[in-house]
Amino acid sequence: MFAVFRDLIRYNIEFAIGVVLVTIVVLFALLSFFSPVDTSLIYLTIPDQPPSWQYWFGTNSRGQDMFWQLSTALRNSLTFGLIVALISRVISITVGLLAGYLGGWVDRALMFVNDIFVAVPIFPVLVLFYFVLRNNMDSLTLALIMACFGWPFDARLIRSVALGLKHREFTRHAVFAGMSTRKVLLEEHLPYVMPIVFATFMNNMLWSIGLEVTLAVLGFTNINNPTFGTVLYWANSHSAMVVGVWWWIVIPVILIVMTFLGLFLLAMSMNEYIDPRSRLRRMGA
Amino acid sequence: MTQDLLKVDGLKAYYQMDYFGVTREVRAVDDITMTIRKNEVYGIAGESSSGKTSFIKVLAAAIRPPMRIVAGTVKYDFKNGPIDVATASEAQIEGIRWRHLSYIMQGSMSVLNPVRRIGKTFEDFAKRPLGLSGEAYRARILNHLERLKLPADVLRAYPHELSGGMRQRVTIGLATVCHPEFVIADEPTTALDVVVQKEVLGLIREIQQDMGSSVVFVTHDMSVHANMADRVGIIYAGRLVEEGPTRQMFFAPKHPYTAHLVASLPRIGDTTQRPALEGRPPSLANPPAGCRFHPRCPLAIDKCKTEVPPLETVGPDHRTACWRWRDVEPLVKPQAMQGVIA
Amino acid sequence: MHGYLLFAGKRALLMLAVIFFGVSLTFLVTHLSPINPVEAALGRMTARSVSNPEAIVAMRAALTELYGVEAPLWSQYLNFWGRLVRGDLGPSLMAFPTPAMTLVMRAMPWTVTLLTVATLITFVVGNILGGLAGYSQNNKFLKAFGIVAIAIQPVPYYIVAFILLIIFGFLWPILPISGGFAMNVTPGMNWPYISSVLQHAILPASSLVLVGFGGWFLGMRALVSNVVTEDYVTYAELAGVKKSTIVGGYVMRNALVPQLTALAMALGGVFSGTVITEQVFNYPGLGSLLIDAVNAGDYSLVLAVSTVSVTAVAIAIFIVDLLHPLLDPRIRAE
Ligand SMILES: Nc1ncnc2c1ncn2[C@@H]1O[C@H](COP(=O)(O)OP(=O)(O)OP(=O)(O)O)[C@@H](O)[C@H]1O
Ligand code: SF4
Ligand SMILES: [Mg+2]
Repeated sequence: MFAVFRDLIRYNIEFAIGVVLVTIVVLFALLSFFSPVDTSLIYLTIPDQPPSWQYWFGTNSRGQDMFWQLSTALRNSLTFGLIVALISRVISITVGLLAGYLGGWVDRALMFVNDIFVAVPIFPVLVLFYFVLRNNMDSLTLALIMACFGWPFDARLIRSVALGLKHREFTRHAVFAGMSTRKVLLEEHLPYVMPIVFATFMNNMLWSIGLEVTLAVLGFTNINNPTFGTVLYWANSHSAMVVGVWWWIVIPVILIVMTFLGLFLLAMSMNEYIDPRSRLRRMGA
Repeated sequence: MTQDLLKVDGLKAYYQMDYFGVTREVRAVDDITMTIRKNEVYGIAGESSSGKTSFIKVLAAAIRPPMRIVAGTVKYDFKNGPIDVATASEAQIEGIRWRHLSYIMQGSMSVLNPVRRIGKTFEDFAKRPLGLSGEAYRARILNHLERLKLPADVLRAYPHELSGGMRQRVTIGLATVCHPEFVIADEPTTALDVVVQKEVLGLIREIQQDMGSSVVFVTHDMSVHANMADRVGIIYAGRLVEEGPTRQMFFAPKHPYTAHLVASLPRIGDTTQRPALEGRPPSLANPPAGCRFHPRCPLAIDKCKTEVPPLETVGPDHRTACWRWRDVEPLVKPQAMQGVIA
Repeated sequence: MHGYLLFAGKRALLMLAVIFFGVSLTFLVTHLSPINPVEAALGRMTARSVSNPEAIVAMRAALTELYGVEAPLWSQYLNFWGRLVRGDLGPSLMAFPTPAMTLVMRAMPWTVTLLTVATLITFVVGNILGGLAGYSQNNKFLKAFGIVAIAIQPVPYYIVAFILLIIFGFLWPILPISGGFAMNVTPGMNWPYISSVLQHAILPASSLVLVGFGGWFLGMRALVSNVVTEDYVTYAELAGVKKSTIVGGYVMRNALVPQLTALAMALGGVFSGTVITEQVFNYPGLGSLLIDAVNAGDYSLVLAVSTVSVTAVAIAIFIVDLLHPLLDPRIRAE
C-alpha cells in the first residue's frame, strides 16, 4: 500500500496535486482544535475588517474572525462528509458483496432496491425532512439520512467486482474448506474491493459535503453550526457581496473549490490506478 | 514456378512497457527469418505465449504500442509493388490493406462490432476496396456469402445473434471478400467444435485455391497443420526453431521440440505412453541463454547452454536450429502417423 | 420486438416501484413527524400576517380534510394516494385558495424545459468532445478541455451558480440574473417575451451545463480510451475502414451505451442540482417553488412539489431507459 502511494505521488501528477490540496485543507481544519476563540459566539471582534496581519481572512459582519470560523467550518464539513461516507460504505459493501456473491434472486432483489434508490431525487427528500424536523435536524441526523441515500452507485460497482471474485479459485477453496458466507465475504472478498471502496469514499464525501453546502445555504440545516454552507448562508443574509465584504464570500469559495478539487483528484487517479484496462493503455503510451 | 511473396529478415519485435518508472521488455519475436511463397499455405505452431500472435501481427502490419519493431525487414512483393511493412508509412500501408493483405484476428467474438449489423460491417470493410456500388456490390457480397455457406440474412443480423461457427465464417468472409493476395489467420478454428472446425478449414483451403492467394495461419493444434499446411514452421520462445514441408515435419522432425509436438498428437488405437515435456515455457522477458529449449530438452549438451544454434538447412526446404539435429529421432513410428496426415 | 417489450415492461415496473417508494416516503416523512401539521402550518401562516379569521377557518378545514389527522395512518395513506391520483392535493396555503397542483403545473414547464435543454446540451457536447479527447489523446485543445473539466466537475452546483451570479451580477452585469422573464413584457407568443425568456435562461442553463459537462466529458474520455483497445476497433483500423466511420460507428457508438445508462442514473442528481440553481437565479420553476413553500410552511405545496418531482424524474428515467435498446441490440435479444 505504501509503495503504491509513493509511486502514485511520483508518477501521477493529478494524484500529487490532490494530495497537496487535501493535506493543506486537512491541516487547516485541524488548526481549529487550537482556536483561541469560541466560533459559535458572535460580535467578538470589530465587524467587517478586511484581511490583515491581525485577521488573516478578515472578519465578518457578525464580528467573527473568519480564519477560525473557516477552520472550524472546514472541520465540521469534513467530519460530516466522513460520517456519511463511512456509514454509506458499510451499506454499499454489504449490499454489493451479498448481491455479487449470492447471485440469483437475492441479487435481483437487491439490485431492484438499488435502482429505486438511484432514481429518487435526493434533494427534495432532504428538504422534506428539514420541513418536518425543522430545528431538530442536526448534523448527525442529516448525515444518517444522506447515508441512506448515498450507497447505491457504489454498491453496484462493488457487486460487479464481487461477481468476478465468485468464480475465482480461492473462493472455491474457501467454500470447500467450509468457510461460512460471512467469513468468505469478510476475509476473502473484502480485501479485493477495498481499493474501490477507497476511491468511492472520496467521491461520496464530495457528494455529501456538496449537498450539505446546498442545504445550508438555503438555511435548511442548523445554521448556528459553522460549516461551509452556513458560512455562505450568513454571508448571503448580510448581503456580503453587495456591501463589499467580499472576503466573506471569496475565501470560503476558494477553500471549497480546493477541498473538492483535492478529493476529486485523489478519487480520479485512484480509479485510474485500479482499472486494469486504462493501466494497460498507459503502459503503452 | 514458385515465387516468393513475403521475405522476413532478422525480425525482432518487442513489447516495451514503462509503468510507473519500471521498464519491462518482452522479446516476443526475436530474430525470425523466413519466406512465404505465392499460393502456399504456411502453418505456424507453438505453445501458448510463444509469440505466434505477436509475429503475425507484425506480418499484418498491426503493430501497436507497446509493441515495437526493433530490427529487421518484412518485405512483401504485391502486384501493386513491393513494400516493407516494418518501415512503410501508414499511408503506404493503407494502400495494401484488405485488397492485398488481410488478417483474421484471434477470437471471433470480439472482432465484430457488437452494435453494428453484419451487412454494415461488410460495407465498412469491403465497399471502398472493391470499388463497387449498388447492385454490383450487393451481388458480389451475396455471391461470397453463398460460397461461405452463409444465408443472405446474416447481413441483417448482429454478431450476438450468430453462432460461433457462423461468426467465424463471417470474419473469414470479411477477410477474403476482396480476394487479397495474402491472408493471415490467427487461430481461426480454436473454440469451434470439431465438425464446424473441419468445415471452416475446408472453406479456407477452398477459398485460398480459388483466389490463388497465400495463407499464413497460426494454431497450436498440430492435427490442423497436418491437414492444411504445405509447410509448417515451429516457434519456440519467440524464435523460429524449425520449418519444413509438412510431411517432413511430421515424419522426420529435426528438432527435439517438433518431435515432441508431433508425438503429442492423439492417435486412434495408440496407447503407448509418451514422456511429457518437463518444465515450463521460458519467460520472454528473460529467456535462457544459448538454445532457448535447453532447460527442457532431453538431448541438451553443454554447448546448448551457451551458444545459440543457427537455422541450418537439413534437407530440401527444411531448416532447423539445433546443435544435435542429426540425433533427433521421431518419437513415434512413421506408420503411426499415417492416419493423421493426409 | 418481444425482447424489447420485455425490457420495456421491466423498466416500467421499476418506474412504478420508484414512484411508489418516493410517494410513500414523502407520505411517511410528513405524517410520522411528531408535529401536528395542521396546527404547525396554521401557526406559521398566522405569524405571516394572514389574519383574516374566515380564511383561517377555511384553511383549517382544508388541512384537516387533507391530512385526515384523526383517521388511522393506513387510511390517511390510502386517502393520500387517492388524492394524488386525482391530482388534488388541496389548496396552497401561501397562495390560498389556489390549488397546490395548479402552482406545481405552472412551475413545471420552466423546470422541464430548463432541465431538458441543459441536459441535452451537456450530454451531447460532453460526449462528443470527451469521445474525441479519448480517441486523439495528443490533441492540445482537447487536453486543455480535460483539465478545465477536471477543475469544474467536482464543484457543487450551488458554488458554480453562485460564482456565475457574482460574475454576471456584480463584476460584468450583461445578463439578467433573476427571474424567468422581464417585468415589462407580456407572456405569450411575442418576440420580446421569447427573447426575454431566452436571456433569462442563459445563466441558469450555463451553470447546469458547466457542472454537468465535466462528468460526461471525463466519463466518455475514459470509456473511449478503453474501447479503442477493443479488438473490433483494431480490426476495423487494420481493414482500412474510414477514420470517421471508426470514430463514429465503432468507438463512440459503443462507448455511448454505458453513457446512456449513466444518464438515466444521473437524472435524480441533475434534478437536485436544478432545484438549487433555480433558487440562486430566482427562476420560476419547481425548485424555487419548493423552497418558497418550505419557507412559508406551506404543507400541501411541499407535498405536491415533492411527489410530482419524484414522479417526473421516474418518468424521465423511464424514457431514457426506453432509448437503451435502440443503442444496444443485445438488450433486445435478452
Ligand atoms: N499487448 C501486450 N503487451 C505486453 N505484452 C504482451 C502483449 N501481447 C502479448 N504480450 C506478451 O508477449 C508474449 C507472446 O504473446 P503472443 O500473444 O504472441 O503469444 P501466442 O503465441 O499468440 O499465444 P496464444 O497461443 O496463447 O495465442 C506473451 O508473453 C505475452 O505476455
Ligand atoms: S540445440 Fe541443444 S538444447 Fe536446443 S534443441 Fe538442440 S539439443 Fe536441444
Ligand atoms: Mg495468439
